[in-house]
Amino acid sequence: MSGLHQILVWIGEITGIIVVFGSCFALTTIAERKILGRMQNRFGPNRVGPWGLLQPLADGLKMITKEDIVPFSADKTLHFLAPLVLTVPIWLAFAVLPFGRNMSAIDLDAGILFFFAIGSASELAVFMAGWSSQNKYSLVGAMRAIAQMISYEVPLVLSTVPVLMLAGSLSLNDIVAAQGTHTYLGLACWNVFTPWGLAGFLLFLIAATAESNRSPFDLPEGESEIIAGFLTEYSGFKYALFFLGEYLGLFAMTGMAVTLFLGGWHAPFSWLEWVPSWLWFGVKFGALIFLFIWVRATLPRLRLDQLLNFSWRFLVPLCLINLLVAAVWFWTRGWNSVPALLIRWLLGAAFIVLPWHWLGQALRGPLPPPRKYTYAE
Amino acid sequence: MNGAGIIKGMIETARNFVGSYHDKARLTTVQYPEEKLPPVENARTIPFLVFDGDEAMAGLRCTACQICEKECPPQCIYIIKDPVKKPDYVGKMQIQPKVFDIDISVCMSCGICVEVCPFDAIKMDQVFELSTKDRFGALLLDKTQLAKPNDYFVKLHKTEASEIDVRRDDEKRKAEAAAAAKAAAPKPPAAPGGAK
Repeated sequence: MSGLHQILVWIGEITGIIVVFGSCFALTTIAERKILGRMQNRFGPNRVGPWGLLQPLADGLKMITKEDIVPFSADKTLHFLAPLVLTVPIWLAFAVLPFGRNMSAIDLDAGILFFFAIGSASELAVFMAGWSSQNKYSLVGAMRAIAQMISYEVPLVLSTVPVLMLAGSLSLNDIVAAQGTHTYLGLACWNVFTPWGLAGFLLFLIAATAESNRSPFDLPEGESEIIAGFLTEYSGFKYALFFLGEYLGLFAMTGMAVTLFLGGWHAPFSWLEWVPSWLWFGVKFGALIFLFIWVRATLPRLRLDQLLNFSWRFLVPLCLINLLVAAVWFWTRGWNSVPALLIRWLLGAAFIVLPWHWLGQALRGPLPPPRKYTYAE
Repeated sequence: MNGAGIIKGMIETARNFVGSYHDKARLTTVQYPEEKLPPVENARTIPFLVFDGDEAMAGLRCTACQICEKECPPQCIYIIKDPVKKPDYVGKMQIQPKVFDIDISVCMSCGICVEVCPFDAIKMDQVFELSTKDRFGALLLDKTQLAKPNDYFVKLHKTEASEIDVRRDDEKRKAEAAAAAKAAAPKPPAAPGGAK
């Protein structure tokens, strides 16, 4: 009896996650196009249904009814498997995220480890897609993707380490619980309200943008350079699956950012705890998605060397320094008077702002010498 | 400062985002089927035949000289002369077209027919919503479909049309004066200006 009950609960959880985040995907595609349009002084899609709200339906129908073309010389098995390998692990990543009070599908002791281990499967999928297509643009896109995703995996994981250190646990539920206390005026003690937390949050967001192949780090797809990168030879439903996978990856990263730095499902003030916890999660989640769209509307694409330099010479050192800031914050945890708190903040801020400035200067470096053309002078 | 440019850009896009909701002047998109831009005077799509007066076939300026038919690069004009002549605007008897067809699926909108016409009889239209389900019959326009009044021409190409109207009125008046004093003087050769 209890075995059957457990299975029913699991089915309920899985259905819930698939329904909620599946519709989130549909909503985000239309919201992204609308918001991008408005940010470029356009209307965005407004033809299908009232205010264009049925656009995802039309897109989905179009994708499903399109012919599924597999290149003649493609590796058919890998070409078929790649979208699945991308999508399935990302669904698994949602299992450990706490969406509300007592609302995580499974409470793993090493939840965050599971999350990043599962998340890195997408690199394999992208390379499978690029390699199996037997197309030079696909391969170039896949190679860019590998270089980018492996480089940004490092700051992504490193930026979460201070959170783990100060929470003392790898379980996401424990991390959320550690952010559940309150200070002056009932302000919640979210990790983002500390110097290391703020820095870690920003570093995490940058790395997450790169990890989910979004603009300005959309080099693997770089439409203007390599057609559609590793997606070039995909059409119809497989293409839709790739898009689903990318958006779900973004959602998982956003959920992770909310959990690690924005207090998970906790309210910002103690006197707002009566609002349902999942609603708080949703609000933070939506705000971060909006931020990602906003960044996409603003920044142009990086060059590959800029991208890699940015990761290895800027983000990774900053992440390492951030560990030190977290340590300083931990050693000075007894300083609770207002001036001491101010000094504590200044100390942490100095530790992160100065390296940020110097590393940024070093990253720019001297300009390269003017290019010499051998034939095209 | 590192990242200052990013902040600046983010503010700009945020301003666009908010501004596009309350400032209609920011949204330059014309939502086509509901709104349309007024046509530009020099715009051209397919040719049409100009007629004077109220009767389309009687007032047709075309004299079936077939210059346009011969000049048309994609050969989309087809003309058969009518042996029955009719008087033109100065009262001279002219040949008229029995058949004047334009296959608008072939027409490439170059406007060469207009340039070579010595009678200002063929001009470029500005209609563009020409899609049809019958791609063979409905895209072959005959002279009744092509004929449009001079007022319509004036409406489309104001500058050109008024210039032509002034010249034609002039010639008409001269012809009337000549007819009035036709006692001995030989008729001056009517030189309708196609020289452009």
